[in-house]
Amino acid sequence: MNGDLILLGHGSGGKLSHQLLDQLIIPSLSGVSLTGQNDAAVVDHEGSRLAFTTDSYVVDPIFFPGGNIGDLAVNGTVNDLAMVGARPLHMSVGLIIEEGFSRSDLSVILASMRSAADLAGVAIVTGDTKVVPRGKADRIFINTSGIGILEHQLHISGSGARVGDKIIINGTIGDHGIAVLAARYGLELVAGIQSDTAALYGLVAELLPEGEYLHVLRDPTRGGVATTLKEIALQSNVTISLQEAALPVKSPVSGVCSILGLDPLHIANEGKLVAVVAADAAERVLAIMRRHPLGLDAAVIGEVVDASAGKMVMETVVGGIRGVDMLTGEQLPRIC
Amino acid sequence: MGQERIRVQVEGIVQGVGFRPFVYRLARRHQLTGWVRNTSRGVLLEAEGSNQQLDLFYSALNDDAPPLAAITSIIRSIIATEDSRDFSILPSSSGGGELQISPDCDVCPDCLAELFDPGDRRYQYPFINCTNCGPRYSIITGVPYDRQATTMADFPMCDDCRAEYENPADRRFHAQPNACPVCGPRLYLITATGEKVAGDPVAEAIRLLKSGKIVAVKGTGGYHLAVDPFNGPAVAELRHRKKRNEKPFALMVRDLTQAGVLARLDPIEERLLAGPEKPIVLLCKREGNGIAPQVAPANDYLGLMLASTPLHHLLLRDFIALVMTSGNVSDEPVAYRDREAVESLAGIADYFLGHDRRVHCRNDDSVIRVFQGKPIFLRRSRGYVPRSIRLHEAQKQVLAVGAELKGAICLTRGDHAFMSQHLGDLKNEPNLQFLDQTVSHLRQVLSVNPKVVAHDLHPDYQSTAYAQASSQLLVPVQHHHAHMAACMAENGLEGVVLGVVFDGTGYGPDGTIWGGEFLLGDYRNFRRVGHFSQVPLPGGDAAVREPWRMALSHCHAVFGSDAFSLKLPVFSVLADGDKRLLQRMLEQGLNSPLTSSCGRLFDGAAALIGLRSNVSYEGQAAIELEALAEKGSTEWHYPYAIVATDEKFTLDCRYIIDGLVNDLLAGEAGANMALRFHKAVAAATADICVKAGKAHGVNRVVLSGGVFQNKLLSGEVHDRLVAKGFLVFSHRLVPPNDGGLALGQAVIAGRSDACV
Ligand SMILES: [Fe+3]
Ligand SMILES: [Mg+2]
Ligand SMILES: [Zn+2]
Ligand SMILES: [Zn+2]
Repeated sequence: MNGDLILLGHGSGGKLSHQLLDQLIIPSLSGVSLTGQNDAAVVDHEGSRLAFTTDSYVVDPIFFPGGNIGDLAVNGTVNDLAMVGARPLHMSVGLIIEEGFSRSDLSVILASMRSAADLAGVAIVTGDTKVVPRGKADRIFINTSGIGILEHQLHISGSGARVGDKIIINGTIGDHGIAVLAARYGLELVAGIQSDTAALYGLVAELLPEGEYLHVLRDPTRGGVATTLKEIALQSNVTISLQEAALPVKSPVSGVCSILGLDPLHIANEGKLVAVVAADAAERVLAIMRRHPLGLDAAVIGEVVDASAGKMVMETVVGGIRGVDMLTGEQLPRIC
Repeated sequence: MGQERIRVQVEGIVQGVGFRPFVYRLARRHQLTGWVRNTSRGVLLEAEGSNQQLDLFYSALNDDAPPLAAITSIIRSIIATEDSRDFSILPSSSGGGELQISPDCDVCPDCLAELFDPGDRRYQYPFINCTNCGPRYSIITGVPYDRQATTMADFPMCDDCRAEYENPADRRFHAQPNACPVCGPRLYLITATGEKVAGDPVAEAIRLLKSGKIVAVKGTGGYHLAVDPFNGPAVAELRHRKKRNEKPFALMVRDLTQAGVLARLDPIEERLLAGPEKPIVLLCKREGNGIAPQVAPANDYLGLMLASTPLHHLLLRDFIALVMTSGNVSDEPVAYRDREAVESLAGIADYFLGHDRRVHCRNDDSVIRVFQGKPIFLRRSRGYVPRSIRLHEAQKQVLAVGAELKGAICLTRGDHAFMSQHLGDLKNEPNLQFLDQTVSHLRQVLSVNPKVVAHDLHPDYQSTAYAQASSQLLVPVQHHHAHMAACMAENGLEGVVLGVVFDGTGYGPDGTIWGGEFLLGDYRNFRRVGHFSQVPLPGGDAAVREPWRMALSHCHAVFGSDAFSLKLPVFSVLADGDKRLLQRMLEQGLNSPLTSSCGRLFDGAAALIGLRSNVSYEGQAAIELEALAEKGSTEWHYPYAIVATDEKFTLDCRYIIDGLVNDLLAGEAGANMALRFHKAVAAATADICVKAGKAHGVNRVVLSGGVFQNKLLSGEVHDRLVAKGFLVFSHRLVPPNDGGLALGQAVIAGRSDACV
């Protein structure tokens, strides 16, 4: 293997992505430490705390059950702001369009961006459009950046998990990844698997009042819940223990996963957040979530058990304790 | 009667097989004096005594040698007598690197006689031992090996024991675990909630077992779960509680005679069973032996071991046999600390027969299978670990961390390689911790501090992550190269050989999944000169648990989308929606990496024949396919094709599958199909070896990988290769499966630039 080449796996969100980030991108561009890596940067400006983030969207296919690349690009950036507890204010949109792309498809995408922005209460205030020759891009790529404001004094960060904390998720896992996979491979699936793409600030806002109990918020996108929780374990230097039986998975999703041989824990979500909260607040957080339309299936899925090692384990339904890790690239067979 | 002294030079595989302790015992039995030691060429010994005893001794050296030994030459010469006083094991002539720790050993005949002698002060004392027997590796906490560096440090010796311990003429002279009922460890019997059961613990445990209860019994390396194997409902209850559906349970049998009643034994199997290591030996079941079918369902084999500790002997006075399965929760490591054992096994065992001698280093039972008179390890652990494997050359110290599903590590020191005990499936967190403890423990007791760590190329193995976290110099090793090197190393091979490596799956350097490989190379380099044709592995690891997926994949390779409409039972259960999904997976490569796996080909054939669509343990379908084939009778085998491109030979498996499907549709007997399949794979394998051997000028072949646990295939391949003039080497000292992988990794790293 040629070590100089960037592989697809370097963009998977798993181990290779982290290596690229830690070994090349971060040292080259700034001095942000691993423990400082959150979904959005929080910067102080004249007494206000502002959050700033950016994200690029290259999803294939661009239309899938439950959404398209447009609302995904808005919700994704809104959610990255929300995960540091910021109310999203303004967004930029950069479009890279391949020569020959359909005008009507573009207008559908733009319309859903607009309505997603309205729903999230964010204003698209600036943008850029480039068209590249055929074959130099795949139909359309979208970059969005966002600015939000923190209207509280909380420090919600990936390094905030403490022993005893509970891990809560606002609903079922794997919906987005499986919906996209189904669309990409033309799988006529059992009806009802849709992307969960949604803006999460509304739900986060419900959690923020008297929010000292709120230690970490993170959206488990690429790499799924496993990768996100492993990142938190590393950043907080704790061990996280999951309960397999407690993971909420829609039955068609788990059915498709079992045929495909995929683990829902490693599948992307676009409208989910994991909250790491103080144990005595867990019931309250759960109740708040379940009252919200985006948290009806909220569940406690695990807890922080040990202040060491940055590990993640899962108690399986057969009673064992399995190590869970982020993946290097795709899910590879490993049984000899 | 004349007194004489002989010198004997023994060559072959005689190191790392317990040869010196064997010579020592034999010499003592014949009242001989002298010494034995390892040399660079084998074992050298001198023995002195009466002519008659010397003759008996000399013929037993060959005839009763440890079954793992393979003696290639034995030369005797008569030398001048020396009037030596005792018989001793001397350090090896190479000097250095000699500090070795003994494996745990069964109870010796002398101690056993005392155990059942009502007049002896250790009558029925379950911790009786002497310098020739008893626990070693499992109780050692540090070095040098003396009582303070064992878990026996908790028990100050009484005056009687100390007198024995300090008397050079006593057979308990410096027996570190020496103990008696006055000063030593004590048994107890408690309920699952920790309450003491009144009465004699052994007698009560026997009574409870007789009444169908499940009793956790503390052995040498950890807990076993015991139940009466003639009591079907009790065995079924153990299966239910242990969540173990079909994997056979091992039996502990009172003696060889009883073993012979339950199963068919050949002389090698008898010697393995009765040897001091006391492994589990897989034996052909005798029909109508009365053992409940739940012990080893749908299986022609029984795993038997003989009692190895005094406690086992006391328990088995009242049983022909007991189920003795590892005391663990599903795939976790065997429980060995008393409190943890009660906590983790409370849902399984009704009672705990424990004691207060701590197990420092847990160690599961070893498992061996014999074919063509040769023993082969399926699992190398208690009784054999930490015996070293002698390497052809000394090398820098290396730690090799093995693979994942069958964890075992290897440490090297000089020209010795030390394989650890079986560590289990490293995906389970407790097993990974066990690996970490084992690395530290072995580093300490072997006094090594390796700066080079070898690991598998697989990026997601837990062992790989462990190595990467170590901040040592790393040597990544390709999985099948490691298998091949392990077989080379234990056979002392140098230079270029042809490696035939068949297993389930291993990560290939090209990113595909390998497993039916013909490699040309040595310890430093290898080249893939042949392999099985690639098919998608639909669903990755799910295809291992569900062999029907491989049946489908191989049929799809032959028939394309028509495979879905084949009138075969294995596909009839699939829903139409699932079929469409599977077709997309196969045709578009959705979570279906390409694999050349041989093990998965066997799975596919087993599923096609209708043996099983799902397995409850890895390799189950292939094991059953082999058992079925043994009942077959056919001269013919399925056709195959070998495609040659750029000096690389690909076995096109489609013809084999096509032949099998034709038989299936024609209603051929399953046993014949299974046999034709085995023979086809063996014939194709030999054919590729001939072609590759000719193309590259090699005539030595090593056979490795878990598939070579298959007796029938190994035998067929071996015979065909020998008939073609090849020198064929197999595993003898470590398992052919991933449990032996670390040895190959260690030697490859030791010969790599990292160690130059
Ligand atoms: Fe292997
Ligand atoms: Mg993001
Ligand atoms: Zn003894
Ligand atoms: Zn004593």
